[in-house]
Amino acid sequence: MINLEPPKKAGALVNQAYQAAAEVFRPISRKYDRAEHAYPSELDMFAALLDGLNGSGEGGAGASGVRRGDDDGKSNGNRNGGNLSTVLGTIEMCWGDVALLLSMPRQGLGNAAIASVANDEQLERFAGLWAAMAITEPGCGSDSAAITATAELDGDEYVLNGEKIFVTAGQRADAVVVWASLDRSKGRAAIKSFVVEKGTPGFEVVRLEHKLGIRASDTAVLRFENCRVPKENLLGTPEIDTKKGFAGVMQTFDNTRPLVAAMAIGVARAALEETARILAEAGVTVDYDKPANSQHAAAAAYLQLEADYEAAYLLTLESAWMADNRKPNSLHASMAKAKAGRSVVDITLRCVELAGTLGYTEDLLLEKWSRDAKILDIFEGTQQIQQLIVARKLLGKASAELK
Amino acid sequence: MGVGLAALTKLAGTRTLDRVGLRGPVENLVSAATRNGFRAAGAAGRTFKAAQRLGGPARPAPAPDTGLFDLAPGEEQQMIVDTVGEFAAEQLRPAAAEADAKLAPPDGLLSRAAELGVTLVGIPEELGGIGTERSVVTNVLVGEALAHGDMGLAVAVLAPSAVSTALVQWGDEHQQATYLPAFVGDNVPAAALAVQERKALYDPFKPATRARRTPKGYQLDGVKSLVPRAAEAELFIVSADLEGRGPALFIVESSTAGVTIEPEPAMGLRGAATGRLHLDKVSLPGSALLGGGSAETFTELVRLSRLGWAALACGTAKAVLDYVVPYVNERQAFGEPISHRQGVAFQVADIGIELEGMRLVTLRAAARAEQGKPFAREVALARKLATDKGMQIGSAGVQLLGGHGFVKEHPVERWYRDLRAIGVLEGVLLP
Repeated sequence: MINLEPPKKAGALVNQAYQAAAEVFRPISRKYDRAEHAYPSELDMFAALLDGLNGSGEGGAGASGVRRGDDDGKSNGNRNGGNLSTVLGTIEMCWGDVALLLSMPRQGLGNAAIASVANDEQLERFAGLWAAMAITEPGCGSDSAAITATAELDGDEYVLNGEKIFVTAGQRADAVVVWASLDRSKGRAAIKSFVVEKGTPGFEVVRLEHKLGIRASDTAVLRFENCRVPKENLLGTPEIDTKKGFAGVMQTFDNTRPLVAAMAIGVARAALEETARILAEAGVTVDYDKPANSQHAAAAAYLQLEADYEAAYLLTLESAWMADNRKPNSLHASMAKAKAGRSVVDITLRCVELAGTLGYTEDLLLEKWSRDAKILDIFEGTQQIQQLIVARKLLGKASAELK
Repeated sequence: MGVGLAALTKLAGTRTLDRVGLRGPVENLVSAATRNGFRAAGAAGRTFKAAQRLGGPARPAPAPDTGLFDLAPGEEQQMIVDTVGEFAAEQLRPAAAEADAKLAPPDGLLSRAAELGVTLVGIPEELGGIGTERSVVTNVLVGEALAHGDMGLAVAVLAPSAVSTALVQWGDEHQQATYLPAFVGDNVPAAALAVQERKALYDPFKPATRARRTPKGYQLDGVKSLVPRAAEAELFIVSADLEGRGPALFIVESSTAGVTIEPEPAMGLRGAATGRLHLDKVSLPGSALLGGGSAETFTELVRLSRLGWAALACGTAKAVLDYVVPYVNERQAFGEPISHRQGVAFQVADIGIELEGMRLVTLRAAARAEQGKPFAREVALARKLATDKGMQIGSAGVQLLGGHGFVKEHPVERWYRDLRAIGVLEGVLLP
């Protein structure tokens, strides 16, 4: 029975996440935007609480990951499970502050990767570990098949060499999930991910970046020089299956993209709510019945932004719902990420414009949100990569044809 | 006019026209101009009379709320949508180009559509229909499926349902007993919901059509625009301002004195045979007022109509997507399919993304409406997306075919014209 309201049973979780966002994140949001690279120690206690939430099996917020087949699978009916509630929780938390959610201990994208592709033994071994994700290199971004970092098997260990950039929480996390090639002559099929724990000899944090937004979240440059990790730290299978190709590691993206889309939804909603308040003070309110063209131009603009928000929100819920119901969701995850990414940039920037100096100065958070927003249309696959994926799926084209 | 005629006569007399082979086209132009100016009385129509006495009005109950997010249609719902989808592919799509040119649906199409039971879904069982509860989502899916065939013909098919749905939702027992039996019979009357008027920035909440109280009932004066199948419609539901107190709805039989119809062809929706409805001192009985003239009734009607248009936008936009995908895959340029170029492929991706987004927003509004939840916000957002993204998709459809998209050999130019109706039209549909 078609119904697009968030599930009733997620109400308590959403409310908890909202309270946390309002009471924990918002009050320190500006502080850590200004104090880039300072560790938000306020989060430690809160992280413990979030562990409890995620441990409840109902899903929580942040990158607890999207995992198929870990629930009974007996019921053939409609399921609203962990994916949907994780997305809903993430929206609330990012309404508070997206950079602080990215800085939450044990909620890294690396955790999502582990949750998505690790085997049961690894899941257990890495439980409680805060894991960052290291894919991008100085010479390769969207084209992750061009990765030059290498992993060579030597006895019971892999020896890692290479440099990684743009690693979110790369300094603060306990470990990093690193993408590296087992054999550079075998192309993308040889790319595997490895869990490298902090303190492993040969693993060094080179420096932290200064950024446009999400400043509360540390973004690190990492170097691996003859860094040896146990071979059991390879996530997934070590076999190089050229037919299956990239599927293993890329699967992570199907699972993290709805989460990044959810982050964008949270930021966009924060900006829209604040702008509605500011416009109301200025005497402009939106009338949903009156034709948009007969309303104040600011109200008409707001309606347009809210419409884009709503489409992005529902696309995001759809992709999570599909994962809950074991429907292949690559296409829809990319649709959600593309729509949410471009909408959050458009919405937050337009909100600054509508709010005027109130939006542009540091007194309010609108200008910060519009800086934070941009990364959401870039990481976990840029707008253009999402369009490429969607286009290939719709047109039935291979990556060799539609480049 | 006199000067025009004189010029025309002069033109008709020259032999130049024949020499350059222009006589035919010019004559067509003149005939269209005449047709536009021709005004006729409303369709003669049947006599509507209450056959049975109802204890009270029959209303469908709101649909239940399962409390779960769900995008899968119910089994029965899917069956209805599949059947209507087949009908749209077999009956609407092939007939669309000719209906567009002739400004009328093909003979027999509408009775075949009626046989399909499109109208019956919204009418409760006790009134002879097959509905058990409010079925806004089903109606939206039906509208979408029909518009995938052709938007103009979808409007022609759905126009009577708007009137029957209004009677089911807001009619009193007498109005239901008088009019609804005809909609469940073999010969469903053409009928239309006339809200639109000829005015820039038209606001349906401020109609220029006036209703005045008279000792016997009401008198209506005004003009309604872009009424589907206006010339053959036997029954109208018309919005009019009731003595300066805001809009109310009136049941108007086409045979009432003072009702005249004038063809009003437009850029698109031509298969719906749109016309202008003139109301000149139309005197109505007191029983013609629908829903007690309440503001809530009218507001809900406007919202539902907008939802209906959003549903049609989704269907036609999907038709665009389904059409351009094989085209850009087959069309070669520079030695490879044009779909291998990002400039082309990304446009297709954006059609897919925006279509899916507007469809979900439309469905959310529909589900809220049928469960009796507030849906003003959701419908406004659906309308916004359907208007903006729908047109964007219509434009991309033509662009992707290039010059071929501009000629009538392909349907994309018609979809471009039809999709511009979204955001312009109010009323007409009522899912």
